[in-house]
Amino acid sequence: MTQSIVVQVGQCGNQVGCRFWDLALREHAHVNKKGVYDEALGSFFRNVDSRYCHPWGQRSTCTLAVLVDMEEGVVNQIVQGPLRDLFDTTQLLTDVSGSGNNWAVGHMTYGSAYRDQIVEKVRRAAEHCDCLQCFFLIHSMGGGTGSGLGTRVLGLLEEEFPEVCRIVTSVYPSDEDDVITSPYNSVLAMRELTEHADCVLPVENQSLVEILTRVRLLSRAPGPGVKADLISSPGGGPEKPFDSMNNIIANLLLNLTSSARFEGCLNMDLNEISMNLVPFPRLHYLVPSLAPLYSLQADCSMAPRRPDQMFSDVFSKDHQLIRADPRRSLYLACALLGRGDLLLSDLRRNIHRLRSSLSFVSWNPEGWKTSLCSVAPVGHTHSLLALANNTCVKGTFSALRDRYARLYRKKAHLHHYLQEEGMELSLFSQASESLSSLIEEYDLLDRASSSCPHDAPRLQIAT
Amino acid sequence: MSIVTVQLGQCGNQVGQELFDVICKDARDGQKRGYSDASTARFFHETTTGDLTSRAVLIDMEPKVINHSMSKAAKSGRWRYGEKSHFSQKQGSGNNWANGYCVHGPRHREAMEDLVRREVERCDRLAGVVTMMSVAGGTGSGVGTYVTQCLREVYPNSFILNHLTWPYDSGEVIVQNYNSVLTLSHLYGLSDAILVHENDTVHRICAQLLNIKHISFGDVNRVIAHQLASVLQPALTTDSYGDYSRNPLGELVSSLACHPEYKLLSVCGIPQVASSSMAYSVFSWPGLLKHLRQMLISNTKMEEGIDWQVRAPPVHCGGAEWAHSFRTTGFNRSLANLLILRGKDVFSAEADGFQDAALYTSWLPPREAFSMWKSPVSFNQYEKSATLVSNSQTLLKPLDNMVRKAWNMFASRAYIHQYTKFGIAEEDFLDSFTSLEQVISSYTQLC
Ligand SMILES: Nc1nc2c(ncn2[C@@H]2O[C@H](COP(=O)(O)OP(=O)(O)O)[C@@H](O)[C@H]2O)c(=O)[nH]1
Ligand SMILES: Nc1nc2c(ncn2[C@@H]2O[C@H](COP(=O)(O)OP(=O)(O)O)[C@@H](O)[C@H]2O)c(=O)[nH]1
Ligand SMILES: [Mg+2]
Repeated sequence: MTQSIVVQVGQCGNQVGCRFWDLALREHAHVNKKGVYDEALGSFFRNVDSRYCHPWGQRSTCTLAVLVDMEEGVVNQIVQGPLRDLFDTTQLLTDVSGSGNNWAVGHMTYGSAYRDQIVEKVRRAAEHCDCLQCFFLIHSMGGGTGSGLGTRVLGLLEEEFPEVCRIVTSVYPSDEDDVITSPYNSVLAMRELTEHADCVLPVENQSLVEILTRVRLLSRAPGPGVKADLISSPGGGPEKPFDSMNNIIANLLLNLTSSARFEGCLNMDLNEISMNLVPFPRLHYLVPSLAPLYSLQADCSMAPRRPDQMFSDVFSKDHQLIRADPRRSLYLACALLGRGDLLLSDLRRNIHRLRSSLSFVSWNPEGWKTSLCSVAPVGHTHSLLALANNTCVKGTFSALRDRYARLYRKKAHLHHYLQEEGMELSLFSQASESLSSLIEEYDLLDRASSSCPHDAPRLQIAT
Repeated sequence: MSIVTVQLGQCGNQVGQELFDVICKDARDGQKRGYSDASTARFFHETTTGDLTSRAVLIDMEPKVINHSMSKAAKSGRWRYGEKSHFSQKQGSGNNWANGYCVHGPRHREAMEDLVRREVERCDRLAGVVTMMSVAGGTGSGVGTYVTQCLREVYPNSFILNHLTWPYDSGEVIVQNYNSVLTLSHLYGLSDAILVHENDTVHRICAQLLNIKHISFGDVNRVIAHQLASVLQPALTTDSYGDYSRNPLGELVSSLACHPEYKLLSVCGIPQVASSSMAYSVFSWPGLLKHLRQMLISNTKMEEGIDWQVRAPPVHCGGAEWAHSFRTTGFNRSLANLLILRGKDVFSAEADGFQDAALYTSWLPPREAFSMWKSPVSFNQYEKSATLVSNSQTLLKPLDNMVRKAWNMFASRAYIHQYTKFGIAEEDFLDSFTSLEQVISSYTQLC
């Protein structure tokens, strides 16, 4: 059994991470009714005190996680909240003053100040692992800590653990984000993701908001006062603003890691994800989509999805976690990760059924990777996660570049960045060039796909 | 004579387990002492307590599959794997041939070689080594290639037969064609013969002949194991004078893989029916052999949908002309065939149809191109059964497809960075493509 370490950075990173741990623990408790520390649990948790064999008892199970934030609020809430026993203080790193939504403060100033401590904490977590396979970094793109320090951590992970796969979950700001500098922060962070991550799962807050709006319509509850209570946290407690949104992201992570946590007849190793889905090193952005999605919300009384419906869902626009329509763009590769009672024949039948409505790049017409994990999410009989390496992702990137350009043209707020030690104007231009060339790479693929596919002329052999 | 089997990766370890299961059942059910004893000596050794232990080495880079296969074997109550005959690590090869071949292989060379050596030393007489693996993943393909290379060095004079499972057309490993091309091109220079099962073909047998609804790897593996066991179980050759204890690998290689350019062997068997309908089926040798011959020349891998229109072309036929006629008539030319007949009245069976010069190339006369083994012991519930191992153009099309798809991907250099990261360069790919194009060309021009 291999292990993975979750590194959650900044407000968003820690809030999403917290939802993930809550749901993961719930899932294991559901499967493992005897409550003994088992191998499945060992992939993301460690047994701290063998005197207590009951993993969800007091202080006997600890997460393989490192929590980083440059203010205390969120982390304090976590360590005082219902999940407190899952973390011990050696895993936490906080400061008091925050990054002021400034990438340079997070990346440069805090990055340099806390470099050694971060490495130390990650190393300590790694020492608990028998075979460390993967890092999951969770952060937002729009703020200062997650975006700046988070991407600094990514670079450190690459330096210190070059062989360990780095999968990043990045929350992209919505158009009307309350953080004015979010385009700067996001573009600066993008370059780091493009250069140092093995895979990035982009999630757009706007997309999550729209999904939740649809849930409200579906549940036909009037007005905004609807109680979007999710699969509620163990201690109950009042709902925080982002909880419903984070619940969706946490479910994405649950599905992604299920194969590593449980048995299945068609297991997918985490390192197979990048091997199969990333044909070119920079093009490692994988658009996630989930089914069921709407019934994740407890207040939504939707009928359970039949398997075939789920397969259609994950390709539809309304189920993507970024605002994009993969069916109208080009697939480089696609993974389908099923859970629960799905069969191999369900996978084959549905791929066959849907294949003709999707366009794949000419050199990868059969670019499917599939996996099945026998354990379904709590409360469901089956679920499906699709990861699409699809050129539709460039829409999100272009919109970001445009918003960045509007801000940069006015040189707005630049001085706040440049006053940080190590921050230079050239980093802005390099970051925006990196983004432009990324968009261009997707464009090229799109353009090439419009010409008729043909076989490459074969090697000639002298006979 | 004994065979040491090396099972590698998920597929190799799952198929291998089924193979020993079939062999063990068949040897126990067999009436003839000589047959049973030869089979047991070939594939098992007896522990001091009298338990049958397979002469197998299990290798994987992750523990789950090996654990599963070992406990399945132990549960059978008939045989088991050697307590210490396995090697596993914690993290798989991630579908990457280069990871298996360049990293895992060299890193664990000594441990893996030791395990094989121990099994070899346990054999009174070694017939050779059979390795079993898939070509599409990372461990079986990459580590399997590496291990084959080591065995070739350590046992330069032993026979090495690679049993390979070729992947489904799509759906499992996106880089499967790269991994397959790298595996096949390397093995071609190392192996004495390469025996291939295609998952798509076996899957169709499960669906159409065995009427299995939800087909699992278990079902597929049982069909593969059945066919493979029918080849490897003891049989009598024309000059063995009733002695079952011959070298099956040596004889297989010398009858089928007589030319270094041609090493790809396929298998088909008849009859293959659901056990439920077995009781109602009556088979005669002439009937079985007539079907099997037509399956061979029309390139049909199972006894359903045989194209009876296909005929062998007249004996004297030029190359270019012939290539044309292949497309129009679908005739499958053989370099060599080995027919294995098992069961009742086997010595009365005539195989004239397979001795027809029109089936073979002009440069190898039928008396050399065709061999036959027989055993009066009926195999695995079948009163009469015939298995054909064929070195023919059958695998040309799937091989060509594999190379074509991999080449299309390579033209865009897609996924290449995943391989260079472990030390496989673009030139290595080019070498592999070149050598397989050579194989394709050789088989295409067979006449
Ligand atoms: N989905 C989600 N987005 C969040 C959450 N918290 C903050 N954000 C978004 O993240 C961005 C601000 O980054 P934040 O994580 O607060 O800053 P940091 O603490 O400096 O990393 C804005 O785009 C917010 O909309 C959260 O819990 N969930
Ligand atoms: N017939 C058969 N094919 C298998 C089995 N397991 C995996 N495969 C095939 O093997 C390929 C994947 O390789 P696998 O053996 O899982 O990878 P490895 O463990 O890295 O060697 C795919 O083409 C699968 O179709 C099995 O039990 N039986
Ligand atoms: Mg596998």
